[in-house]
Amino acid sequence: MPNTIESALGSSSRAGALSRRSGSVVFGVVIFIASEVMFFGGLISGFFVLRAGSAFWPPPGQPRLPVLVTAFNTVMLLASALTMYRALQQAQRDRWQASGRWMIATMLLGAGFLASQGREWVRLVGFGLTARSSVYGALFYTIVGAHGLHVAGALVALLFVFGRLRRGAYSAANHEGLTACWIYWAFVVWLWPIIYVTVYLS
Amino acid sequence: METHQQPEPGFLRRYVFSSDHKTIAKQYLGIALFMSLVGGWTAYAIRWQLAWPATVVPGYGVVGQQFYNALVTMHGTIMVFFVAMPLLLGAFGNFCIPLMVGAEDMAFPRLNMLSVWTFFVATLVLLASFFVPGGAAASGWTGYAPLSDNPAYTHVVWGQTLWILALALEFASFLMGGVNFLTTALNLRAPGMTLWRLPLMVWFELNGTVLFLLSVGPLIAGAVMLLVDRLLGAGFYLPAKGGDPLLWEHLFWFFGHPEVYVIAMPGFGIMLEILPVFARKPIFAYRTIVWSAIVADGLSLIVWAHHMFISGMDPRLATPFSITTILISVPFVIIVFAMIATLWGGSLEFPSAMLFALGGLASFLLGGVTGIFLGSQSSDIYLHGTYFVVAHFHYTMFPVTFFAGFAGLYYWYPKMFGRMMNERLGKLHFWLTFSGFYLTFIPLFLAGLGGTPRRIYMPSEYVLYKPLQPLQVLATAGALLMLLGQLPFVINFLASLVRGRAAERNPWRANTLEWTVASPPPHGNFAGEPTVFRGAYDYSLPGRTTDWAPQDTPEPATLAAAG
Ligand SMILES: [Cu+2]
Repeated sequence: MPNTIESALGSSSRAGALSRRSGSVVFGVVIFIASEVMFFGGLISGFFVLRAGSAFWPPPGQPRLPVLVTAFNTVMLLASALTMYRALQQAQRDRWQASGRWMIATMLLGAGFLASQGREWVRLVGFGLTARSSVYGALFYTIVGAHGLHVAGALVALLFVFGRLRRGAYSAANHEGLTACWIYWAFVVWLWPIIYVTVYLS
Repeated sequence: METHQQPEPGFLRRYVFSSDHKTIAKQYLGIALFMSLVGGWTAYAIRWQLAWPATVVPGYGVVGQQFYNALVTMHGTIMVFFVAMPLLLGAFGNFCIPLMVGAEDMAFPRLNMLSVWTFFVATLVLLASFFVPGGAAASGWTGYAPLSDNPAYTHVVWGQTLWILALALEFASFLMGGVNFLTTALNLRAPGMTLWRLPLMVWFELNGTVLFLLSVGPLIAGAVMLLVDRLLGAGFYLPAKGGDPLLWEHLFWFFGHPEVYVIAMPGFGIMLEILPVFARKPIFAYRTIVWSAIVADGLSLIVWAHHMFISGMDPRLATPFSITTILISVPFVIIVFAMIATLWGGSLEFPSAMLFALGGLASFLLGGVTGIFLGSQSSDIYLHGTYFVVAHFHYTMFPVTFFAGFAGLYYWYPKMFGRMMNERLGKLHFWLTFSGFYLTFIPLFLAGLGGTPRRIYMPSEYVLYKPLQPLQVLATAGALLMLLGQLPFVINFLASLVRGRAAERNPWRANTLEWTVASPPPHGNFAGEPTVFRGAYDYSLPGRTTDWAPQDTPEPATLAAAG
């Protein structure tokens, strides 16, 4: 059996059952994403409930969020979806050197996003926006932080898949781990504009 | 990666860190049964306090006010999250799904192992919370804010944080399990096992799982905010800091109501699996049952606010939630009708499994009917704060957890452990449990109608409710009878492991695939791949020598035309 991310999850196998089993990892990831969508749905509805309940938004005396810098971060993250898609395309054409390079680009963009976001956090804390300072601040750190943790988790998955790719674990016909990773990365990326519009612009 | 051709793994890999779904099922079962003893003990202390307030509870001592709150909180938490879920999903889901769909194991066996061990840690964390300074969480199993948010209200600091942590671990565990359940049932089916040939047990486990996966996210979001409040000093749920305690109730009940169905669906699955076997009749309206369950699933996501009619929610919201709540009884009535129609005219047999299934069906009916009064906001405003609600939800949760759970245990025990249980002890167990259950909760319906408020340490303190105190004593007598009634089960379960008669492959003459392999099934389940030719409920077909037809028996041409 070709090694994929499946063996990391301990995917069940039976000689001759490969066709029936293939697709399990992608399927599992999609199911997981469905519950993640509900998780962020809960956070975002919490945002709107609390926002509707306060007279002023943002509350007086609280710093404004860095709309422009974050717009740049948003573009950086969206670009990483494109590079990851290129990595997948190259994999389908059996070009593993190129695929690996596009993955490195994806990881750099993702890490750049996290680093830039982290820098903004430090600045905001310096301006007096904390979880304790207002519900506004608490919502900001909770929602943006939850997304950041997801990006970090997805980066670990990318790194893992990249390692397998480098060891020649995938083939043009079978690279389900890479596909699953692309789907999860796309989810994490496309979630961000929704959060950006909600938290920074609305 | 293991395949069934390989030699059996060593002791640790086989019994402790096993990735075999059958072993994992037994591990979930073990934790669930142990935790049901802990949950039973909390029920005993609570009931004793309510019948004979502030007297010495035999074996413990006097239950103080603070500890009473912790007992009530932990009773609900344990029974819902650490008994019902691991029993109905963890144990039965893990055991039945791969066997019933004809798979060698779950889709991701190692993820499955991680799931049960995460759950084990969650259990330890929850149990540890009894022993930390300040004691266990005391804000109710619903963890209402601000009680759960600010330690000033309950004097519980560590207990509440550990409670959140234990639930977070439990949810992570069941998320992993859920991904496995769905992927296995949809992707690893044997050839011929079409969706419309899936046993209802599988369909209902899937329904419960999907509902869990869709509803748990918002509660995790709510729990994250609660943790941020507690640990970082934010005020999501504290009005003084610009927060809103109702937000917690919305997020909790968005999950909490579907959670009832996450448990009820597998419970119904067990009953639906057992009824046709012991009625020797095909299930009535198989596809209608499946569609009804799916509709009930969908509706259950839009009824949550019926728990909040007296919480200070916008009253204009109450009417739509009343309507959806009353609508949801329709699919359940259809399922119950199909169950009764399955029994109608059958050649009924009454082993313990069937008794528990029938007891569960009858009791759930009463739970469902009393729910209508709580779904309608006009009557709910009077009843919501009373023991009527306590009796109602025990009449829904207990039947699906324990009656259906025991039915499943008596039914699948031979397959799980390769031995038969003792039927006489089983029937004794049923009648003691059944009568104890009714004796406990019928009086509580009456106490609730009389207005006795729930959630308080000593309702008899109030002159108004003092005349209703005999009802509380009756309920406690029932609870003691019920607890005593578990003794034959414990003896039966343990003794049958060593002394039970060896089980044949198919002791109940049933059709689903697990009965076509040895008891217990070997590692890898099937020798080769089974092929499925028919649905799971071909009982008493005309023109056959046996009155059952396992799913892997080819369909004779003549019957194909008739069917
Ligand atoms: Cu409800």
